[in-house]
Amino acid sequence: MALKDSVSQVLGRDALAFDETAGCLFVEVPKKRLLTCLTLLRDELGFDFLSDLFGVDNSAFYEKKMKKKKKKEDDTEEDSRSGQEESLPPRFEVIYLLLNLETNQRLQVRVRVPENDLTVETVTSLWKGANWPERECFDMFGIRFKGHPYLKRLLMWDEFPAHPLRKDYPLEGKGEERSLVYEPEGEGHWT
Amino acid sequence: MGPVKQRIANEDYVTINVGPSHPAMHGTLRAIAYVSGETVLGADLEIGYLHRGVEKLGENLSYHQFIPITDRLNYCSAIANNVAYEMAVEKLMGIEVPERAQLIRIIMTELSRIADHIVLIGILGVDLGAFTPFFYLFIQREEIYEIFEWYNGARLTNTFGRIGGVEAPLPDDFEERWSELKKGLDKAIDETDKLLTHNRIWMDRTIGVTPISVQDALSWGFTGPCLRACGLKRDLRKDEPYSLYPQFDFEIPTGKHGDVFDRYMIRMIEMRESMKIIDQAFAMYKELGSDAPLMAKVPKIIKPPEGEVYHAIESPNGELGFYIKSDGTDKPYRIKIRPPCYMIFQAFDELIQGEMISDLIACLSSLNIIAGELDR
Repeated sequence: MALKDSVSQVLGRDALAFDETAGCLFVEVPKKRLLTCLTLLRDELGFDFLSDLFGVDNSAFYEKKMKKKKKKEDDTEEDSRSGQEESLPPRFEVIYLLLNLETNQRLQVRVRVPENDLTVETVTSLWKGANWPERECFDMFGIRFKGHPYLKRLLMWDEFPAHPLRKDYPLEGKGEERSLVYEPEGEGHWT
Repeated sequence: MGPVKQRIANEDYVTINVGPSHPAMHGTLRAIAYVSGETVLGADLEIGYLHRGVEKLGENLSYHQFIPITDRLNYCSAIANNVAYEMAVEKLMGIEVPERAQLIRIIMTELSRIADHIVLIGILGVDLGAFTPFFYLFIQREEIYEIFEWYNGARLTNTFGRIGGVEAPLPDDFEERWSELKKGLDKAIDETDKLLTHNRIWMDRTIGVTPISVQDALSWGFTGPCLRACGLKRDLRKDEPYSLYPQFDFEIPTGKHGDVFDRYMIRMIEMRESMKIIDQAFAMYKELGSDAPLMAKVPKIIKPPEGEVYHAIESPNGELGFYIKSDGTDKPYRIKIRPPCYMIFQAFDELIQGEMISDLIACLSSLNIIAGELDR
């Protein structure tokens, strides 16, 4: 596809993988090259509008795949368990939805965020509108954005102890609202 | 300490809380305004009062069960949300919706667009002190509700449509109801126009209040009427056409300065354009006859193939998008809703710096912030 070719031409080695479903093109870039890649996409290919930015927790997705694979291996009685625990791909990912206002093409950029290194560079220097989506990503998943002007929780209350959209957080919650701890910092949080 | 409070730490100011409960129908959002004299230095925003964990809920419900929840996002125009979600799932599964169902969807979406704009113009008037247009317009909104109730049974949160089509044809007397409603709407919009647009007080209170440039608006992620008010002609119905919109003839109004008056005027014009679209769509609908199918062939339990898709439509507020990731089971793996007023409300602090307190109220009203969509 023409867009895929131009993206791989512009990003070169940084375009790690391409996915396409129903006309939506996803390109994966390495986490430490995020800002460079987004700037390149903006300057060379004209993707200058950030539609949205959000996180995804892939742990249940990969666990299911591992279970299926293990089941298959059990069924066929293969003996290839030299590396017992295959390392799972990074748990989280952050997806950026870009739009080219001239040609009306959409491109989705994703970065994988491993659980032991939950920081991503902020893109608020490129788009002011990334401010709240990054705060929400931090709120819901715990992914920190380096360089964000004000990285505090947005939708949940500030002292909420967990990150609700992670797959290991139950739907009903853990009853945090029953034991509300309110500790204003300094002379008062908002006063 | 909020970000704005840190910024103005050395100035002399008074804190005025535009608190979560408002006298008018804004929804639960909080703007803590810091004013010096009567000039606003900035406003810290606090949202999340209506956060219901919709995205987490989506991961535990089947695709059909999520449709009523999308109603409650932008509750002033519930049908647009339903249609956006259904179209995203259909895109993921590759389902082709029959033409008759698409026409019904378009008619209902445009009716809900008119309803949403009526809310905005009425409430903007109420906030600025102009009470009468509220009544003139809301009587017509009741008539729109009557049509929704006659179709579906529900007035506000209609769980409209199914994945693959719609559930029922338009009622038999739709033509009479629509011509009555058209007359009523025409008259109400005309009267509101006469009362407000060239009214000296209205013009003083809305022209030049919180303008924003196109570059700033694009950087913040504005879409919809607030972006068109700045002068950029951008509408997903024309730029990334979906459904049967390419076959209809309608205009996209644009403003010049992006101030409150432009946002109001654009919505007035858009209501008339929506009425044109409904006329054309209904004419096409009548030609199709009553044998045309309403639903595509969809399995009873929906299990989309593994994959992720993003689909956006032009809702009354802007680009409403759904990102759906499926892992092959009958429940979505991740649903992300891209609410139009989320990106718009972020810019509120920058918009009202240097304005007066009453301009803050006018700006807040004109941006059409719906808490259900903002917080999900």
